[in-house]
Amino acid sequence: MSVAALETRGLCKSFGALTVAAGINFRLESGARHALIGPNGAGKTTFVNMLTGVLSPSSGRIVLGGEDITATGQAKRVKLGLGRTFQINALFRRLPVLDNVALAVAERRGVAPRMLRAASAHGDVRDESMELLATLGLAEDAGIRILDLPYGKQRLVEIAIALGLKPEVLLLDEPAAGVPSLESHRILQVLDKLPEHIAILIIEHDMDLVFRFAQRITVLVQGEVLVEGPPEEIAGDKRVHQVYLGEQRHV
Amino acid sequence: MSAHAGGYSADPRIRRIELLPWIVAIAAFFVLPEYLSLGARILIYILYALSLDLIVGYAGIITLGHSAYFGLGAYVAGILAAKAGIGDPMIQLAAAAAAGALLGIGTGAIILRTRALTLLMLTLAITSVLLEIANKASTLTGGADGLSGVIVAPVLGLFKFDMFGKTAYLYCLLVLFLGWWLVRKLIYSPFGTSLTGVRENSLRMHAIGAPVYWRLVLVYTLSATIAGVAGGLITQTNQFVGLNVLSFESAGELLVMLILGGVGRIYGAFVGPVVYLIAQDLLAKQFPEYWYFGIGTLLVLVVMFARGGVLGILDRVLVKLRRKQ
Repeated sequence: MSVAALETRGLCKSFGALTVAAGINFRLESGARHALIGPNGAGKTTFVNMLTGVLSPSSGRIVLGGEDITATGQAKRVKLGLGRTFQINALFRRLPVLDNVALAVAERRGVAPRMLRAASAHGDVRDESMELLATLGLAEDAGIRILDLPYGKQRLVEIAIALGLKPEVLLLDEPAAGVPSLESHRILQVLDKLPEHIAILIIEHDMDLVFRFAQRITVLVQGEVLVEGPPEEIAGDKRVHQVYLGEQRHV
Repeated sequence: MSAHAGGYSADPRIRRIELLPWIVAIAAFFVLPEYLSLGARILIYILYALSLDLIVGYAGIITLGHSAYFGLGAYVAGILAAKAGIGDPMIQLAAAAAAGALLGIGTGAIILRTRALTLLMLTLAITSVLLEIANKASTLTGGADGLSGVIVAPVLGLFKFDMFGKTAYLYCLLVLFLGWWLVRKLIYSPFGTSLTGVRENSLRMHAIGAPVYWRLVLVYTLSATIAGVAGGLITQTNQFVGLNVLSFESAGELLVMLILGGVGRIYGAFVGPVVYLIAQDLLAKQFPEYWYFGIGTLLVLVVMFARGGVLGILDRVLVKLRRKQ
């Protein structure tokens, strides 16, 4: 079997008596378009936080591109190619859009700790950030502070920052959260155009978006993988309807 | 004079208006020769406030204990001069800077693992501990009586500290200029931008792979170094060190000056001490018992009606004027 872009083996996490991850075995293939779904409280965000190193698992292993990163710090994981976005915007609100992205680009290029030359004199960081914004249709907003930017575009900046890290694996935590469904097609357009080699794991409640984007879906329930498979299988699975889709479709 | 934010789209060139403080300072030297000792004190406090702005305004580290580094620098310079017989002002300043840096990295490495109120309390604790040490170690520091007998040799062996404070003023102005140049450079650099990133959202800085903790320790150490230099300067110009340099009141007073001028704008650190120390000088002469009331009222007004301090008001006025045009 080839090396997975990201893999977890028997990943567990408990907070006292509460178990939020109960032995999750998960494989994200390179270049995959994979969705993680599940009802509220299924442990999706905990899972992402363990993958990125915000939380350490109680037991189990996390392997990124063949390298065990279970004990690796958050910053090092980013350097190894693991990027993420946040469900609730985690942006630099009083900085312009350009700087939001440039901060990430500068970290990746190792420019960020430099003290002697002005930031704006680093044309390579600027140019790369501008190019990235252009691919997301945000070029015109480069000079606008996040505070003054419409919410939908803020969601795109979330993605832009993660892309500035040139990740091999990208975790998208509800990229369309809070975006009216009429506008969520804009997010989908952006997702569709993401570089093919990036392995993407998307966590999303918007089922239309999930089924249009993902080639593989994992359903998480109460900290365990209930079922995994291609979208058609998941859509036809009775257990999934019971715990998850049922709730949604009836609403 | 808008906020100096640095960043990847900011023009780092010095604007004409940024020459204003230096023109005023040089003009004051010629026009107000009888106020040079107050002037030197203001220049020193500007440097001290600049060091505070770097961590409070840019990196978002809140502190009430910055007097620890200022006070240590003051005592180190004073002890060298009064006890070790080292009179060269450059050596005294270098030692004050080194002491500030060492204490900065030592304490910063511990306290910057914490946040918000815990951090605030720890900064307060550090300066309180130092104050008590200085109080008890009276053979070295003079304790509550203060350290006198501070002798400062001529600057570079050429310029003697005169009784009118001319040398002291120009000397402080020069050191301040270097400090300002350094701080400004930092703020416009990628490092400075990343500090602003930490202030705005440290969660995200972690997520883009920034070593947030080490960046904070580094800027804290730089800030402590500059505060140490400012402390050294206050000793050299006063030729005396009192316990008050280490007091929590002095750290609080500094924060008040910075808020008064405007936080996170470089030049807030210039305006604040000027307004505060001149108001203090005037009010203390007029109402020796009630002058704190005046300062307090001023601060309440600024906090309630002029967020962003004096420079914040100027900003808004300028914006309105431009709109009218």
